[in-house]
Amino acid sequence: MASVEGSGLEITPAPPAPVLDVRADRRRRRRELFRALVRSKTFIVGAAILIFWVFDAIFWRAIVPHDPLGVDPTGTLKAPSSAHWFGTDNLGRDVFSRVLAGAATVLVIAPAATALGLLGGTTVGLVTGFYRGWVDDVVSRIVDAFLALPLIVMAVLVLASLGRSTLNMILVIGIIFTPLIARTVRSAVLVEREREYVAAARLRGERGIRIMVWEILPNITGPITVEATVRLAYAIFAATTIAFLGLGLQDPSPDWGLQIANGRAYMQVAWWMVIFPAAALATLVVGVNLVADGLKRVVEE
Amino acid sequence: MSAAPPVQTGAVEIDGLTVSYRRRQRLLRVLTDVSFTIKPGEAYGLVGESGCGKTTVAMSLMRYLPPNAVIESGSITFGGDDLLAADERTLRRWRGDRMAMVYQDPGTALNPSIRIGDQIAEVFRFHRGMDKQEAREASAHMVSTVQISDAAGVLRRYPHELSGGQQQRIMFAMALATDPDLLVLDEPTTGLDATVEAEVLDLVENLRDQFNTSILFVSHNLGIVARMCERVGVLYAGRLIEQGNAREVFRDPRHPYTLALLRCVPRLGMRKDTDRLDPIPGSLPALGADMPGCVFADRCPIARDRCVESPPELMPVSDGHMARCFFHEEVPDIPPMAAATQEDAAPVPDEVLLQVSDLVKTYKFSGTEVVAVGGVDVVIKRGEVFGLVGESGSGKTSFAKCIVGLIDVTSGELSFEGMDVSKPAGKRPGEARRRLQMVFQNPDNALNPTHSVRAILRRSLKLLAGVRGRDQQDHQMNDLARSVRLEPRHLDVRPSALSGGLKQRVAIARSFAGSPAMVLCDEPTSALDVSVQAAILNLLVDLQRRQGVSYVFISHDLAVVRYVSDSIGVMYLGKLVDVGSAEQVFASPHHPYTEALLSAIPTFDIDESRPRIKLSGTLPSATDVPSGCPFHTRCPRVLGEICRTEVPPWQEDGERHRYRCHIAPAELEELQKTAPEQAEDVVA
Repeated sequence: MASVEGSGLEITPAPPAPVLDVRADRRRRRRELFRALVRSKTFIVGAAILIFWVFDAIFWRAIVPHDPLGVDPTGTLKAPSSAHWFGTDNLGRDVFSRVLAGAATVLVIAPAATALGLLGGTTVGLVTGFYRGWVDDVVSRIVDAFLALPLIVMAVLVLASLGRSTLNMILVIGIIFTPLIARTVRSAVLVEREREYVAAARLRGERGIRIMVWEILPNITGPITVEATVRLAYAIFAATTIAFLGLGLQDPSPDWGLQIANGRAYMQVAWWMVIFPAAALATLVVGVNLVADGLKRVVEE
Repeated sequence: MSAAPPVQTGAVEIDGLTVSYRRRQRLLRVLTDVSFTIKPGEAYGLVGESGCGKTTVAMSLMRYLPPNAVIESGSITFGGDDLLAADERTLRRWRGDRMAMVYQDPGTALNPSIRIGDQIAEVFRFHRGMDKQEAREASAHMVSTVQISDAAGVLRRYPHELSGGQQQRIMFAMALATDPDLLVLDEPTTGLDATVEAEVLDLVENLRDQFNTSILFVSHNLGIVARMCERVGVLYAGRLIEQGNAREVFRDPRHPYTLALLRCVPRLGMRKDTDRLDPIPGSLPALGADMPGCVFADRCPIARDRCVESPPELMPVSDGHMARCFFHEEVPDIPPMAAATQEDAAPVPDEVLLQVSDLVKTYKFSGTEVVAVGGVDVVIKRGEVFGLVGESGSGKTSFAKCIVGLIDVTSGELSFEGMDVSKPAGKRPGEARRRLQMVFQNPDNALNPTHSVRAILRRSLKLLAGVRGRDQQDHQMNDLARSVRLEPRHLDVRPSALSGGLKQRVAIARSFAGSPAMVLCDEPTSALDVSVQAAILNLLVDLQRRQGVSYVFISHDLAVVRYVSDSIGVMYLGKLVDVGSAEQVFASPHHPYTEALLSAIPTFDIDESRPRIKLSGTLPSATDVPSGCPFHTRCPRVLGEICRTEVPPWQEDGERHRYRCHIAPAELEELQKTAPEQAEDVVA
């Protein structure tokens, strides 16, 4: 800086602007994101429901009042009472305990299937969105064709031919999700690839894979996270539906879908066999959706 | 038009306005004690860089402040009414009725799904209670008032069918529909091309004579404010630091900030070889920063202890001219800050660096062919700065992208340092990529927001300079950072933590990582404030001289292009129409299009003698380039049939200057001594 002749004064240099380093910056961002989430009522309610069910899925053995598989021929189809809060089913099993235990299977299948779909969908979405051209044309048409099929019917067909198992359910739901997630990721990539940092990467001769993974992917984690939570809710539905149709786990497993299917026949005499597992499923799906909504709003801001 | 106006219509009195924004339970001060008045029928200009509070003043005046804004104290009186006390219903009536606003981007201010006619008619129906038929007639009248010739046709169209200039005219038509007493213009020409900007400003001048409205004109462009306004206020960090008669303030600024603002803009006639731009050191204080003294003290060359301790009042300089500076009498004597030292230029052999022959780039959109670049021949020498000017849509950026290889070339030959570079970047030899780099317009977009500056530069050093090993890279990185005057503490942050100027330094460092021979600069300073622009231009000039680099320098700002360039090319509809050394292109005889571009520049060096040339019509679509001379549809010096049918030849004017026109140099020079005869105010 210059000093002015005759004024006889030193000029004070500008104080350095506060500059944060990358790690502090990341911490600050995370804190901001967290604060924004905590302020969102939608997110808090959803997260509370979700945490409850996750806790239950892990520790149900310690909380259940009765053995969920324990048959009692003398106490079948009992209405809710202080001994059996949610009543008993046609074999005399405690519905409350079965509802608590039923969360475990859903909360393994749904997240695993979502993770699989996310992996596949992100890969396909990145490649098609980034390369465009014939790769995009071909893959996108396949994706469209896939989306035109009724998903549950397809899942039923595949499971009927492959055989029912937890792993097969995860695979089927995960594969069905792949094109759906790919479409979301692709549209996010289409926006990012036009930004000039991608042009700069091309100009220094980066390879395609590096541009996709190192340049673009970190910038589209927002939409991917939102998509993941939305898909998780669908996965819970899909897993329960498959079980309801009898292609998932078999009796006596306390799966919710299975319980609803079994209870259907007794609807007239024992409504509690259907209502309680159905309500449990509803709260879980609503909880996940609330989390998804909260996240979406925060991410979009 | 309006019946029996009350005594002081249009008069605005802002007194002690203090506004804060609430952010996370904290109040951040954006305006502090701003007071000024706008007399009836007067145009008051408000200037300053981004973030100084200009728009907040405009929004306060319209009572359009965002919900998190808090007016802490002060009053706004408008035509005798207390504006801050008015309720929402009254305000809705006043806006449009008594005051109206025109925004920066007409494209987003118009409803895209409603016909223009219906949008204007809505104003008449709501504010004047007219029925459909009356409103339609009033709209047609209004549209012709804003000098749109095909009024009936325009009324039937949707906003996207109009050009930017026409859209902005429509905004003026809507704003003036009810003959308001006050018009607030917030950067009304910032998104427009220079020739269109000049038209819109002409329109505003005309309308002022017709309607006698008071105007608050908010702009970052000092030249425009100097031209349009009687009085001007300069804002800095939310404070009005100088105010007075526009001419006087710009001729004899009495606040160090105003002086610095005027000095950092390159004026026509300034050259990089002889004049150095004078950037303002430091940066704008952060929002809500606690500054007990003068807000400009930490950047001011004449600041003393007193300035840091107590805030100066607005001190009278002369009648109506006030400056918020204790030492305003010393301001005229402040010497230029920039050191006059010139970098020693690296010796550069006189040889061709880039040869472009008949470059064509066309795009195909659902069958129709769009010609972005229609056969361009250019030779650029080693160490030369080639400036490229033209309106948006003239193909400047497509040309640059073809050269660096971001888009495929349709046909033509490109030879760079003996290498064939007509292929896209990925297929070129590494050497060609290293030696031919680009600096983009918007540094926010050009730097990956998720990586640190260090990671970004390291990648370029590795790929472009072939530096391996972290230690080696860090070592080179320090040199690279120093060459663009980045400090080490800037390296370990993400781009979002840096100011616009610092970001652009990072982008420049990145392109210089592999010691390039040529760098394409696509509007490198147009996203930056003028004080930062000066620093970046100085940096680019230094780097160029020191390393003997060539630039292709694209800018819509002719003074900037003139400042940095050795030679200049003017593009129109994908073709070069005027090429030569910088002096020759800017001096007559030159292509009539160049002449029009030059005459459209608003400057604060008020020069009454300069003839104003208005271009009729809008830029023709690139899908349908006019026959013969592509400029004939708008040319003020059109000869006749020959211009419409025959492609004009290159006219040689001296050794290195040629332009494409049917008029020979001697004849054209004679013609260009006077402005062409033009039908007044007819714009298609």
